[in-house]
Amino acid sequence: MHTAVNLWPLLGIAVVVAGFLLRAHPVMVVIAACGVTGLAAAFSPVHILESLGAAFLKTRNLPLILLLPLAAIGLLERAGLKEHAQASIARIRSATTGRLLIVYLFVRELAAAFGLTSLGGHPNMVRPLVAPMAEAAAEARFAPGSKLGDPLRHHIRAMSAATDNVGLFFGEDVFVAFGAIVLMQTILRAEGLEVDPLHMALWGIPTAVSAFVIHSWNLHRLDRRIMREALYGSGAAK
Amino acid sequence: MISLDFFYLLVGLLFAATAIMNLRDKTNPRRHTTALFWGLYALVYLAGERLPPLAAGVLMVAMALLAGFALVKPGRPQAVPEAARRASAARLGHKLLVPALAIPVVTMIGSTLLKDVRIDLGMVTEPLLDQKNLTLVSMGCGAMVALALACRITRATPLQGVREARRLIDAMGWAVVLPHMLAVLGLLFSEAGVGKAVAHVTTSYIPMDSRLVACAAFCVGMALFTVVMGNGFAAFPVIAGGIGIPVLVGVYHANPAVMAAIGMFSAYCGTLMTPMAANFNVVPAALLELPDKNAVIKAQLPTALPLLGANIVLLYLLMYQ
Repeated sequence: MHTAVNLWPLLGIAVVVAGFLLRAHPVMVVIAACGVTGLAAAFSPVHILESLGAAFLKTRNLPLILLLPLAAIGLLERAGLKEHAQASIARIRSATTGRLLIVYLFVRELAAAFGLTSLGGHPNMVRPLVAPMAEAAAEARFAPGSKLGDPLRHHIRAMSAATDNVGLFFGEDVFVAFGAIVLMQTILRAEGLEVDPLHMALWGIPTAVSAFVIHSWNLHRLDRRIMREALYGSGAAK
Repeated sequence: MISLDFFYLLVGLLFAATAIMNLRDKTNPRRHTTALFWGLYALVYLAGERLPPLAAGVLMVAMALLAGFALVKPGRPQAVPEAARRASAARLGHKLLVPALAIPVVTMIGSTLLKDVRIDLGMVTEPLLDQKNLTLVSMGCGAMVALALACRITRATPLQGVREARRLIDAMGWAVVLPHMLAVLGLLFSEAGVGKAVAHVTTSYIPMDSRLVACAAFCVGMALFTVVMGNGFAAFPVIAGGIGIPVLVGVYHANPAVMAAIGMFSAYCGTLMTPMAANFNVVPAALLELPDKNAVIKAQLPTALPLLGANIVLLYLLMYQ
């Protein structure tokens, strides 16, 4: 192999991996990786700063989706949105945490498959509604004397966020007009392969179904863990 | 036309308010540096493209150092006691759900029904919503409608809404800027040719003479490269160009549609496993006030790993369809 590929920029990846393994501050890891990658590609320090600055301005649309709903959600939380969601779910006796999250996974994945990706999301659905409801459904399993422990409570919240992600990722790729399909088509076309977007969306379905089945199984396991801890306390876990 | 610039201005003002509120908050142990951090971020949104790239780069490094040396802290704003929140929840009931659901509903209406609506300005007509950023602008409108409804239902002022937004931004802290900085790193990676180097290494050192090994290398390569880059869109061109097209399609005559669809989903398995995909994995951990910043990733591993295995099997079985 005698190509002119410069392998030095791979040092940037090494910095990222080492930084996360050493549990360094993520923001510092990113800046260090930026510096190392730039230097390894033989950019001057001014060139690196200019590249970073231009990219920082160009990508400033990214945080909007997180930031814009905060004022409304904050006001609703202040007025008791979480408490209302919890009271509503506690009234439904058959609602367990796992079943609730499986229903959310189903709705999220199906909606995303029809292109409705905005029906969900961490700031506007998971924090104010899904996670509090999942917690309340678990609390309802505990007898008045015992309490839902913090490790399990945090795990339920993490599973709520995970369910939103799984539903979104493996639903949206089945939607023909989604960006990923367009990207794949563009790249394959550049390599001289003409592929029908509908076929790519169609061949995503087996994986989308597998994702639903596997994640539902994990949510079912979460229900069993909640039941165990409700009956025997967190000491009896495992 | 309602354009993205309008929402940049709003977000800039929100960060400026966060900076000022923190500066005046005596309960914040690091009020000066915290205010500086959010003030600098406000400048990115308020000045935008008028900022020279070099200045923006210096600003980004300064923000990273402030965050990295733990100089960004939350204040302790007065919270409403739980009993008062319960009473309010009982009084308002399902009305509380209306503003929360308004966000997705308005976003959908904006990006479908109002897509081609134009407004008449006398001599020229222009689209109502910015066409290039339709979903984002629609979501911004949804958030504004939700804020108006929330103010009406809870009888609060928009200023109280800003205070609540500051409380949530404070609670997330530097996690708010991490996805943004990771996106910058991704762009720098492609400028420096990291993708080319990875494709070169994987294709030179992995034996592709067994079909199963080739399928596995393709799926695992997608996932691993996504773990590093934090984004499946960055991994797909590299691994599809390095393994998918030359080996799976070129040597084994796989159906390109199957290769592409399962390849992209393998990349998504990687997205579930990496702190580099901060907006999906790290920000929610901060948003849900979890002590372990990797809790969401840990919750996703039991789904991501079996699914990656399932993808390898599916690709192996379906590639000739």
